[in-house]
Amino acid sequence: MSESAGEQRRTPLYELHRELGARIVPFAGYAMPVQYPSGIIQEHEHTRRAAGLFDVSHMGQLRLHGADAAAALETLVPGDLLSLAPGRMRYTQFTDASGGILDDLMVTRADGHLFLVVNAACKADDIAHLQAGLPAGIAVEPLPDRGLLALQGPQASAVLERLAGPAVSAMPFMSQAGVAVAGIDCLVSRSGYTGEDGYEISVPAGRTEELARRLLAEPEVAPVGLGARDSLRLEAGLCLYGHDIDRGTTPIEAGLVWSISKRRRTEGGFPGDAVVRQQLAEGVSRRRVGLRPEGRAPIREGTVLTDASGTEIGTVTSGGYGPTVGGPIAMGYVRADLAGTGTTVTALLRGKPVPAEIVGLPFVAQRYYRGEERKA
Amino acid sequence: MSEMRYTEDHEWVRLDGDVATVGITDFAQQQLGDIVFVDLPKLGRKFAKGDEAAVVESVKAAAEVYAPLAGEVVEVNAALGDEPGQVNKAPEGEGWFFKLRLADAGVAAALMDAAAYAKFVDAQ
Repeated sequence: MSESAGEQRRTPLYELHRELGARIVPFAGYAMPVQYPSGIIQEHEHTRRAAGLFDVSHMGQLRLHGADAAAALETLVPGDLLSLAPGRMRYTQFTDASGGILDDLMVTRADGHLFLVVNAACKADDIAHLQAGLPAGIAVEPLPDRGLLALQGPQASAVLERLAGPAVSAMPFMSQAGVAVAGIDCLVSRSGYTGEDGYEISVPAGRTEELARRLLAEPEVAPVGLGARDSLRLEAGLCLYGHDIDRGTTPIEAGLVWSISKRRRTEGGFPGDAVVRQQLAEGVSRRRVGLRPEGRAPIREGTVLTDASGTEIGTVTSGGYGPTVGGPIAMGYVRADLAGTGTTVTALLRGKPVPAEIVGLPFVAQRYYRGEERKA
Repeated sequence: MSEMRYTEDHEWVRLDGDVATVGITDFAQQQLGDIVFVDLPKLGRKFAKGDEAAVVESVKAAAEVYAPLAGEVVEVNAALGDEPGQVNKAPEGEGWFFKLRLADAGVAAALMDAAAYAKFVDAQ
């Protein structure tokens, strides 16, 4: 509780967070707002109901320049980048030679380059990994002078349209465009980490606070901290790097096979491709699952899972309270033969056995804007 | 008679005869944030001072609540089962955790009074 934030780096919104009364905590080397005075549950519910504004400026933004950047990056990730159309983005992972996940990231095919967003805690390693792993013709350009805001929730598009014009409402999920928002040149993506419709807005660091204040002035928008960001992404069934995925898990075990196209599964050509292809052909020994514990007690990361006889069969990797679900929820890895939906396993909570049912993910249906839907 | 006493672990104690009502302080609930579950001790459990007596879970994390004094659990606040948020709303009232019949009611006086606890919190 009293951990010092003195040595932490600050985002362009640090002073604004303080002014808004945020509780600041150290996260991935940054002093970040975990919650504002309204509290995590209200911030979570506000995002599901209206629009939440998140400071994610701690994340790493970078560009890859070079004629064959997509083909070159494919040697480091299992994602299909050759088929990525201009202005579209894709989720993928950096893998190691064993198929373990070094980080997960978003890749956008921008105008003449690739635009990447990586996790804050991994960004220095990712940059080194890219510089070491890509051929000399590909230049890695970190973008430390850019802030990143996420505007998430069912009213996000109405808000952004007011500030940026109607084009942003028509953008499909997982696309990106250069857009002026409140007169500030931004890179706007229709994407996020909450399961809701929304945007991630890359903005020059020097104008990030101005844009944040402009967005917060809209009646639908409230600031949301990392606490609710975590409960929102958990309900949406999304992985948190360093918890649900890491070097010890492969994309197949993690249930991320959807992020690997048929061509890449067939051709390989990324680190750990032999392991990934073997797991695709022969199955995995454990799988990431959703868990609904009985009762009201949350089961947290690290909680051991057993079968009826008390044999250890898995571990919780993320767990807590889901405000929209209205109860405890968790994700974890379970032995593959016991990972089927509807199976009941036992969580050992402070030594007491708590039954937990394996359920499908997400816990709360994702509401991304696909563009095709027509309003009735 | 019912003066509040406080511990360095941010529990409060209110003495009524030899029975102490125990909860967590307003400072503690603010630090924890939204509370979603309280794991209360069983009736009849006997604690030494400093034993882990209950667990309080916020959205973010779990925190232990320690027995501020030695004694036996004679009542628990079952209402927290359905409304753990009472700990946020009324930490030093409706949000109480459990009552202990003290082995020695005299030792309560050794805990901090309100002024000393306020000073202790300021120094945190």
